[in-house]
Amino acid sequence: MKTSMKMQEKVILRVVARACIPFILLFGLYVQFHGDFGPGGGFQAGVIFAAAFILYGLIFGLGKLRQVVSARTVEILVSSGLLLFAAVGFATLALGGNFLDYRVIDSHSPKHGLHYGILIIELGVGITVTAAMLAIFYAFAGRERRA
Amino acid sequence: MLESIPIEAILFLFLLATAVVIARLEDLFAAAMLTGMFSLLSAGMFTLMDAVDVAFTEAAVGAGISTVLILGTLALTSRKENQQKTRIMPFVVVALTGTALVYGTLDMPHYGSPGTGPVPAAGNAVIHHHVAPEYMKGTEKYFGLPNMVTTVLGSYRGYDTLGETAVIFAAAVGVLLMLAPPATRREEETEQEPAETEGEL
Repeated sequence: MKTSMKMQEKVILRVVARACIPFILLFGLYVQFHGDFGPGGGFQAGVIFAAAFILYGLIFGLGKLRQVVSARTVEILVSSGLLLFAAVGFATLALGGNFLDYRVIDSHSPKHGLHYGILIIELGVGITVTAAMLAIFYAFAGRERRA
Repeated sequence: MLESIPIEAILFLFLLATAVVIARLEDLFAAAMLTGMFSLLSAGMFTLMDAVDVAFTEAAVGAGISTVLILGTLALTSRKENQQKTRIMPFVVVALTGTALVYGTLDMPHYGSPGTGPVPAAGNAVIHHHVAPEYMKGTEKYFGLPNMVTTVLGSYRGYDTLGETAVIFAAAVGVLLMLAPPATRREEETEQEPAETEGEL
């Protein structure tokens, strides 16, 4: 991307982005794992998490971002999130419950089973959303400007 | 006098103004920025309506990612919109559709109505007497979690959320199939890419 080439020379952008990105990632994790107690959840967390990577890509260039998360990794992550979600469903089936009936996950306390189940499927949603956003960004930003 | 104007009305006015400006702008860069503002204002509306989860999504997706993607697209095309003749017919169609939609809302229950009276009258949100109370009670009883949006999304409507995740997956796969060159050809393909772009944009 041409714009990112120019942005690499802007000191203020680089410094501010570098200071912001860890906090964006931390906030993404907070939204991800605190989603059952506060607002948020896998979807929002995934978008925020992806936003941190995209900011990095915009400021430091797509090539640098590809070194951090390769296109291949993104492709694998897109499907693994969905598979994780579905796997929870099949795991509950194997444990003798209905599909996505999280109560059977913890044999001692159905309440804890529900908590674990929601936490894991939200993680699956988060992974898929992060990777999907990155995949779309890669696809858009990787194209050359037409002459 | 100013205190009597609800904040929702002011936000709506801002939304309307932003929408009109976006439609009239020819500078696409400014329009892209304004769509981000539009999303942020919508997020404000959702927050006022206590739909924090939706507001969160709108702010992150609408104001954040979408704006970046639109900017990314702008980098591939020109910054200015092509001059177009002002046509009256689309405006009439949009105005008529809008009027019909607003007319349709007149029969809907009022915002925040508890729905205690007889069912057919406007002002009764029947939906509030269906499964919603069950979910609210159940969230406390079975889950012990304060955010019932999460329990509904994750557990009560777990199948739907699985389907949604599959939709996001399908969307990503679709974009990859359409826009990204196949992995095997990725290195040598760069020469051909601009030619492909021409047809679509």
